[in-house]
Amino acid sequence: MEPVYIYSLLSMGGLGALLAAGLGFASKTFYVERDKRIDEVEEALPGANCGACGFAGCSSFAEAVVTGEAAVDGCPVGGEEVAKKLGEIMGTDASAGERMIAQVLCNGGWKETSQPAEYRGVKSCRAANMINGGTKSCRYGCLGLGDCAAVCPFDAIVMSDNGLPVIDPEKCTGCGKCVEVCPRNIITLAPESSRNHIRCSSHDHGKVIRRICEVGCIGCGICAKVCPVDAITMEDNLAVIDYDKCVNCGLCAEKCPTNAIEFNGQRIEEIWITDKCVGCTRCAKACPVEAIEGKLKEKHEIDPEKCVKCGICYDTCKVKGAIEVKYQE
Amino acid sequence: MSEEFTRVILLFISTVLINNFVLIRFLGICPFLGVSKQVETAFSMGLATTFVMTLTGMATYLINTYILEALNLPFLQYVSFIIVIASLVQFVEMFIKKTSPVLYKALGIFLPLITTNCAILGLALLIPLNGYNFIESIVFGFSAGVGFTIAIVLMAGLRETLEFGDVPEVLKGVPITLIIAGIMAMAFMGFSGLISI
Repeated sequence: MEPVYIYSLLSMGGLGALLAAGLGFASKTFYVERDKRIDEVEEALPGANCGACGFAGCSSFAEAVVTGEAAVDGCPVGGEEVAKKLGEIMGTDASAGERMIAQVLCNGGWKETSQPAEYRGVKSCRAANMINGGTKSCRYGCLGLGDCAAVCPFDAIVMSDNGLPVIDPEKCTGCGKCVEVCPRNIITLAPESSRNHIRCSSHDHGKVIRRICEVGCIGCGICAKVCPVDAITMEDNLAVIDYDKCVNCGLCAEKCPTNAIEFNGQRIEEIWITDKCVGCTRCAKACPVEAIEGKLKEKHEIDPEKCVKCGICYDTCKVKGAIEVKYQE
Repeated sequence: MSEEFTRVILLFISTVLINNFVLIRFLGICPFLGVSKQVETAFSMGLATTFVMTLTGMATYLINTYILEALNLPFLQYVSFIIVIASLVQFVEMFIKKTSPVLYKALGIFLPLITTNCAILGLALLIPLNGYNFIESIVFGFSAGVGFTIAIVLMAGLRETLEFGDVPEVLKGVPITLIIAGIMAMAFMGFSGLISI
């Protein structure tokens, strides 16, 4: 009986070796030369294969970049740095898209919210969400068990003592894994330069919110009314900001009665037009509240009664020093 | 010689029509449904499968007769056949990638999936079971491929026409395809009794 396994080994091994040799030979003969840039691009990519670009992995993204299907700045993880490298390889300008950073749209930690229940299950937001939704009264807010912190491949998220995720903007690459994993969908990706964030995701009525959370959006709609560029819309008792429209003036945050809107930029205290104004009328056209008056080729004036200090005119003005602003301390 | 020739012809006809791999034996349904959207691609898929099947028929006979039977190792049939099929498919894949990138893209995932096409393993296992000789094995493999090609091209033709047909909403897509496959199988049953070996 002994020879059976010897024969088996020999025959199968021999067969395998023969076929392998054949295939090896064929792969040389039928070698398809592919664009060397594909390899170069792949080399420059972070290689995390996270799929945030929308392709199956780094290598398929590299192929898409070389064939022109994907932009050189298509890798959200690599950001500007990688976009620049890919731009060099591809010989195009690296017009890197703005870096996106995860933002948590809930400010209701343990201190600010009511918690009528106790949760003793698996320490996972997704598990807690399935079982009656964790400890807080709010059905929309952060569950505080840190699934986002656990899933973050870049250690950019830590849970604060208050039970809320804190995102390190330096480490965050905008890969979107936390956005995906959060069962309450309270994390979103926002441009790095955005300064206004509505930190609430609750669609509950104002009366309910008042009872269960100190910092929730009560759906009063004041922010939507004051926004000079209509960047805020009310969606089912919740203010939602459109980052593309927002000019980061901070007016909404100032008026919000519950501090649900965060503004971490500088608010304008005073704004005036100097004698350098050439009267091009650009600012008057741009002003959302029609606070600027003036004739063509004459110095314009800002009506302080109407002005909401959004700063759009300052950004629009092409004449250096024609509009001056003083920021709040 | 002429008797041998008749046998081969009969084997060919019987494998293509009477015992059609797809429609009578129900082997290789996956590519039959997956790649039968366009006649052109379906035909290419048929060609690739025919090529692999013919080579498989030949290789299977050789391995079975000169290695497995000679050394009394029939239990290695599955393993060795799968290795051979996988290598052949790899070879075809490289060949197509080199010669026709367009076809390579059109066939997509179904090209490497020929490896797991049960029609081919079925073919490999049927050869020792039916006791075919070398010539017969090659003809059997080739005709099985032709049968597969005929089935898949007919199907693709029907589906292309169906694009313009008034299909009830509930039957659109896969359901109507399966119904057509069933009707085609019934039609092919009409060939049974045409000849008998």
